[in-house]
Amino acid sequence: MRRYLLNRLWQSAVTLVLATIVVFAGVRALPGDPALALAGEDRDPESLRAIRQQYGLDQSWLVQFWQFVSHAARGDLGESIRTGTPVRSMIVSALPVTIELSVLAILIASVIGVGAGVIAAVRRGRPAEWAANALALLGLSVPHFWLGLMAILYLSVALGLFPASGFVPFFTDPVANLHHLILPALILGTGLSAVIMRQTRSSMLDALSADYIRTAEAKGLSPKAVVGKHALRNSLIVVVTIVGLQLGALISGAVVTERIFALPGFGKLTVDAVFQRDYPVIQAVVLVTATAYIVINLLVDLLYSVIDPRIRVRGEA
Amino acid sequence: MAVAEVTEAVTAPLRSNRRRVVRRILHNPLALTGLAVLAIAVILAVFANWLAPHEPTQTHLDRAFAPPGTAGYLLGTDDLGRDVLSRIMFGLRASLHVGVLAVAFSLVVGVPLGLIAGYFRTVDALISRLTDLVLAFPFLILAVGLAAIRGASLGNAAIAIGIAQIPGMIRIVRSETLRIKSLDFVAAAIVEGASDAWVLGRHIFPNAGSAIIVQATVGIPAAILGEAVLSFLGLGIQPPAPSLGTMLADAQQFASRAPWAAVMPGVAIMLLTLAFNIVGDSLRDALDPKASRR
Repeated sequence: MRRYLLNRLWQSAVTLVLATIVVFAGVRALPGDPALALAGEDRDPESLRAIRQQYGLDQSWLVQFWQFVSHAARGDLGESIRTGTPVRSMIVSALPVTIELSVLAILIASVIGVGAGVIAAVRRGRPAEWAANALALLGLSVPHFWLGLMAILYLSVALGLFPASGFVPFFTDPVANLHHLILPALILGTGLSAVIMRQTRSSMLDALSADYIRTAEAKGLSPKAVVGKHALRNSLIVVVTIVGLQLGALISGAVVTERIFALPGFGKLTVDAVFQRDYPVIQAVVLVTATAYIVINLLVDLLYSVIDPRIRVRGEA
Repeated sequence: MAVAEVTEAVTAPLRSNRRRVVRRILHNPLALTGLAVLAIAVILAVFANWLAPHEPTQTHLDRAFAPPGTAGYLLGTDDLGRDVLSRIMFGLRASLHVGVLAVAFSLVVGVPLGLIAGYFRTVDALISRLTDLVLAFPFLILAVGLAAIRGASLGNAAIAIGIAQIPGMIRIVRSETLRIKSLDFVAAAIVEGASDAWVLGRHIFPNAGSAIIVQATVGIPAAILGEAVLSFLGLGIQPPAPSLGTMLADAQQFASRAPWAAVMPGVAIMLLTLAFNIVGDSLRDALDPKASRR
């Protein structure tokens, strides 16, 4: 277990270093002189030189890279070119919205996906399985941002069931907060729930034909107890795996969902930064996303080895 | 000679396999429906120049917000009086274009890397680390970066989507290579003195074929959805060129006035990806020898 842990930590560290290099090099590959962009209207050589000195642009790449890394490690991600606000505070205010949205979406997707998957596996060959499979296929195929548009158009604007856009912080008003987030989370969760449903169904089918289930049935356990126990244990593994695998899709989906529902989250920050060519912000959001992805994947893998003992053994071998 | 005999033994069951797969697909009404929808979509997209009733970018300001069924405008018009049906046809063309381009890109890069990673254990760690690295940048972040560096366009959207699909392709091909490499006939060929290139090209690649085809079939609808998302955000195909994603972005502004302009392009995307997913699923089931037992 310890060896697996160290190995996994080392892999994540290498990936993180490589990701930092890619982000750094990527921003330098952007067209145009950053000093010119920073100077704005004021383009005489004297002020350009001052800007280059201020931002360390006259230093070698190696020095610049070291400064970028050491500043980032201390949480200093620079300032927005457009507003002069520290990028760090922009991220700190946007991140909770996205995290809450994603966690809600994962919860909703797990409940729907596991429920439908178990039903499809247990009711094999009946209309219930057919319906669950059809829903999963539909969930994988429907563009969820379009589903969001339709939900706003028909549920929010026409029927007035949900607010069409905007956000209320949780600590200001928890009920209004959930009311604003439930529809976006439901939309974001659709694709994920389809993937979870399919995986739950196939792992349940495998489990139901396994010897230990026959043993459990033979010794007189009720079908409910058999399915309940194994559905719970297996679906936990499935959900954790899928969340790890689909994390990238989830982050991408959150960006679009925030855009549609006008939520002031991380995705909106990213898209706005690209359109305004706000390079320090782009650099920071990409770095934060990559770091979050690597760390969450590490946690998922570790959690996975806790839930499923077979992984532990394989990791040591 | 001996190598040729081994090859013969391997390809013979493959051929009968292919016949079985075709038969299974032809006997599956759902798969046939999917194929029919795809065929219609491809015809509409390829022959859009002749089939579309109007120029996709031509505005008819006096006909703005015409509802579906208006004479000459079967699916209605948008805020500028552009024909929704014609724009959907050209949008389908853009979607298919990006879908095929992106998957082709992921095949060209992913298949060789997957074969190498699975066959030569020495470079496996390096390729797997690079795969992790690409995965650390979620598709949209990758596309955002690429759009910032190279500008937003159909080609760059396809490249970003293709790059995002490479890790999946590498993983599938790598695990297939590992599996096939451990089979007896490959060991026999290696003992016979076959070169690495021969073993990879003659034995492993053809036998990994079905897994690669399934992965590519699943990749196309994912790429189509990706293009729609990018164009919706303004990071893909640039207006006024018609794309299903930009149509939805435009329609968002006047959706309560002309809901059809927001409904129709989404239905078109859904039917297209649904058809691809159905065909992909049926193909996977047909290729899976275990599926008949279930």
